Amino acid sequence: MKSYTYYPGCSSEATAVGLDISARSVAEALGMELKELEDWNCCGSTPYGSLDELEAIVVAARNLALAEKTGLDLVTPCSACFVTLNKARVHMMEKPQLKAKVNEALAAANLEYKGTVKVRLLIEALMADITTQQIAAKVKNPLKGLKIAPYTGCQEVRPRFGFDHPENPVALDSIVEVLGAEVVPYPSKCKCCGGSAVIAEEGLTLELMYRLLDDATKNGAQCIVTPCPLCQMNLDAYQGKVNSKFNAKFNLPVLFVTQLIGVALGLKGDKLGLNKNIINPNKVLAKYL
Amino acid sequence: MGKTQAMNFVNEVSQVPGGEGVNLCMQCGTCTASCPSAKIWEFTPSEIIAMVRADMRDEVLSSSSMWCCLSCYSCTVRCPRDVKPTNLFHSLESLAIKHGYKPQNTNTPAMYNSFVKSIKKNGRVSEFNMMMGYYLSTNPFAALGMMSVAWNLLSHGRMPLSARKIKGKNDLDKIIKKLEDIRGDQ
Ligand code: SF4
Ligand code: SF4
Repeated sequence: MKSYTYYPGCSSEATAVGLDISARSVAEALGMELKELEDWNCCGSTPYGSLDELEAIVVAARNLALAEKTGLDLVTPCSACFVTLNKARVHMMEKPQLKAKVNEALAAANLEYKGTVKVRLLIEALMADITTQQIAAKVKNPLKGLKIAPYTGCQEVRPRFGFDHPENPVALDSIVEVLGAEVVPYPSKCKCCGGSAVIAEEGLTLELMYRLLDDATKNGAQCIVTPCPLCQMNLDAYQGKVNSKFNAKFNLPVLFVTQLIGVALGLKGDKLGLNKNIINPNKVLAKYL
Repeated sequence: MGKTQAMNFVNEVSQVPGGEGVNLCMQCGTCTASCPSAKIWEFTPSEIIAMVRADMRDEVLSSSSMWCCLSCYSCTVRCPRDVKPTNLFHSLESLAIKHGYKPQNTNTPAMYNSFVKSIKKNGRVSEFNMMMGYYLSTNPFAALGMMSVAWNLLSHGRMPLSARKIKGKNDLDKIIKKLEDIRGDQ
């Protein structure tokens, strides 16, 4: 069994609790040991860097320093944490003076970041270390006949820390296929859902979400699958608002990829946090649960 | 360098983490053409970069433009000059805040503020506190329009009302305080 330092991220305690529950269950079932990073703090996400880039790097670096002590790769299920922690890591790698300054600050809490931590996405580690063949071998309920629109989102692939093509990501497709389900191609696969702008710029983001949902539905998808906590929250919790604004009737469940893997592995709904989904996925998944 | 007025704006931007690529821009407009939010920017992504290059410090830092960036990184992927516009726009936001600019026509800074406040309080973000802080600082009545979404999340156990504090909160404070002491003008 391979061990990893696990960084759940703040959304795992709230809006993306279903991601955390399912990630832990699936990792266990597939032989990945996730050891939660002791006393991790928020990575800072986009907002911290936008208000104070340098302080944001320092705040993210506390996590990197703590993780470095474990000697294990750090994996996170959250696309935004993945980008933010990697951004801090690369800034320090490329600018020794900046790293020295960060370390001077970290020393106030007896911490040091040497620069050896690997920050990885859970889903990437699943594919690279466990492999799709091994996942396929453990599938108990092949998702035959289920039509899925895979939605990778932006953060995971585009800043180029990613493992997949930035404008035509295929990793998620291959997971969906390995589970026996059918990938629905749709043109807006790589379009942004609006991210956290849904709070301050709701009008624009509802429009972006409408296009995605409309496109996935028109192409025959029965559900959307995503690895990203923000995409899931937007498309799931705001789907009703999209419906009212655009006079639409979408009723498209939005699953975390780990939830989907879990269903195929034969894990029970409560081990996957399926009851946390707002658009109820039970009807679509009934055959496989 | 703090004597910002003495230094030209392009250099100032290029020294903020993320702003390094500003000099590489060749104004091809690919970022603007790729941007899903360009239509709500006061000046488009490529215009804002041109304005930085033209030393229009005040106009840039007071603009709401960069606050409309969704961090989708489409521009970063497509930029033929590796400007990394996404990071560049975030470095402009960072500069605007540092120098006390209060951009009009955007609530994004208020949202970001509320987010960071929540981190500074507990070491982690409480999404509930973040939202409350945001609506109280902008338009409490707008929160009413959010009731359906909030209820969706609350009733599905996705919006805990209480915040958890990390054990190392003091450590985090010390680290931030130390940075303040040593960062100089950065
Ligand atoms: S895509 Fe790059 S080079 Fe072209 S205008 Fe935008 S920042 Fe400049
Ligand atoms: S990262 Fe920001 S500026 Fe670049 S395309 Fe996306 S929303 Fe536009």
